Amino acid sequence: MSLVRVDALHKSFGNNEVLKGIDLSIEAGEVVSIIGRSGSGKSTLLRCLNQLESHDSGVIEINGRTLDATTMTPARLSEEVGMVFQNFNLFPHKTVGENVMLAPMVVRGERERDAARRARKELERVGLAEKFDAWPEQLSGGQQQRVAIARALALSPRVLLCDEITSALDPELVGDVLRVLEQLASEGMTLILVTHEMGFARDVGNRVVFMHQGRIHEQGDAKTLLSEPQTPELQQFISAVL
Amino acid sequence: MTDFTLWDIVRNLLLAMRWTVALSLIAFAGGGLVGLALTVLRLSPAAWVRRLVALYIELFQGTPLLMQLFLAYFGVAALGVDISAWTAATIALVLFTSAFLCDIWHGCVRAIPVGQWQAARVLGLDRLRTLRHVVLPQALRIAIAPTVGFSVQVIKGTALASVIGFAELTRTGTMLNNATFQPFTIFAFVALGYFLLCYPLSLYARYLEKRLNVAGSR
Ligand SMILES: Nc1ncnc2c1ncn2[C@@H]1O[C@H](COP(=O)(O)OP(=O)(O)O)[C@@H](O)[C@H]1O
Ligand SMILES: [Mg+2]
Repeated sequence: MSLVRVDALHKSFGNNEVLKGIDLSIEAGEVVSIIGRSGSGKSTLLRCLNQLESHDSGVIEINGRTLDATTMTPARLSEEVGMVFQNFNLFPHKTVGENVMLAPMVVRGERERDAARRARKELERVGLAEKFDAWPEQLSGGQQQRVAIARALALSPRVLLCDEITSALDPELVGDVLRVLEQLASEGMTLILVTHEMGFARDVGNRVVFMHQGRIHEQGDAKTLLSEPQTPELQQFISAVL
Repeated sequence: MTDFTLWDIVRNLLLAMRWTVALSLIAFAGGGLVGLALTVLRLSPAAWVRRLVALYIELFQGTPLLMQLFLAYFGVAALGVDISAWTAATIALVLFTSAFLCDIWHGCVRAIPVGQWQAARVLGLDRLRTLRHVVLPQALRIAIAPTVGFSVQVIKGTALASVIGFAELTRTGTMLNNATFQPFTIFAFVALGYFLLCYPLSLYARYLEKRLNVAGSR
């Protein structure tokens, strides 16, 4: 059974149809890179997967359970899906440690001591154990993004969604974040990434999904697809970004 | 009648000032609680709830506080309910304060980036938990200065309670004047009383504002 199954997903904003029938299956442990031009619907697809946007029609199943705002509370959904944003979105009024501890304590009812221990472990995983008591504003963008990853991991989601999480970073900081993702991938984490990092998509990803005008235009094995794109649109896209 | 010494006047005004302070505190505390509830309601997913709160605010911001006091006192009395000046003044000032505070605080909540809501949501926090742990603490920080600033308006607003016979600072000044016919002295002292209450708050609000601008985003 696929971990994530999307079937005939449609989504419009007003009369702008952004997703025009998406079918997608993702297995546990897969690393899937979603690429495509700006405006092709990548973020919207990702945001439908965790109900930040509601879809108009079609089915989304995660771990065998249908996503439906009336049955899936944010708390329940957070057991399945985590998300990291382009702009980190750390909570500026909380320390790094508190950022990671908040949801386990508030949503899961964990005791402070347990949440702190878990937070230290996750921060260590992203190489920031010593920043536990720092404030987000004292960190570089790359460090903030790694804290955001640790914060998501502290809830042990089955899937981690990443929406262009290196796009807001200075080039020299991108590598740190990608290394964390690579390590997660090697540990078997299921990752769905919207990314412009073609090297990463090819070397770490299992699969590439190319979106074009609200549809999955082409998809397949990462290395094959990126070296031998079949459609002129993907050929054009690849030559534009490389 | 006229053998009021200056000290008598000052003493009476100081005693009356207690009621101005008490009324201000109650209006502010009560208005704060109601205002907080309204702020949360104004973020409701239901459009009609938001509209209702918006209407409430328009109503209290769009009519003079004096009329609100009249309605609370004479209006309620006309309905056959026995209401004291103290109760009427309290109710009117609490409602008035809540509308303005809700407006100030709603603006502060709206100033928190939508990314904060989304980050909390994907971490499993529902609306109320997001408000409580993520949005309101940040909004509070930027709300303190304008809130303290508005408290000055509340203090000055309590003077209007004199017209329904509530014996706070202004009313007491009027009564003393009727007895002594020394309007300049008396109302100078009354004004000084308000100034002593309000000026420190204004200074404090300005200080908070400056500190906020220096402190940056945390
Ligand atoms: N909240 C929204 N309201 C209206 N239109 C939106 C919204 N979010 C995205 N869109 C529109 O949907 C289209 C796809 O956007 P998006 O999914 O962000 O694309 P991508 O991530 O591939 O750049 C764009 O035309 C964008 O303007
Ligand atoms: Mg996008």
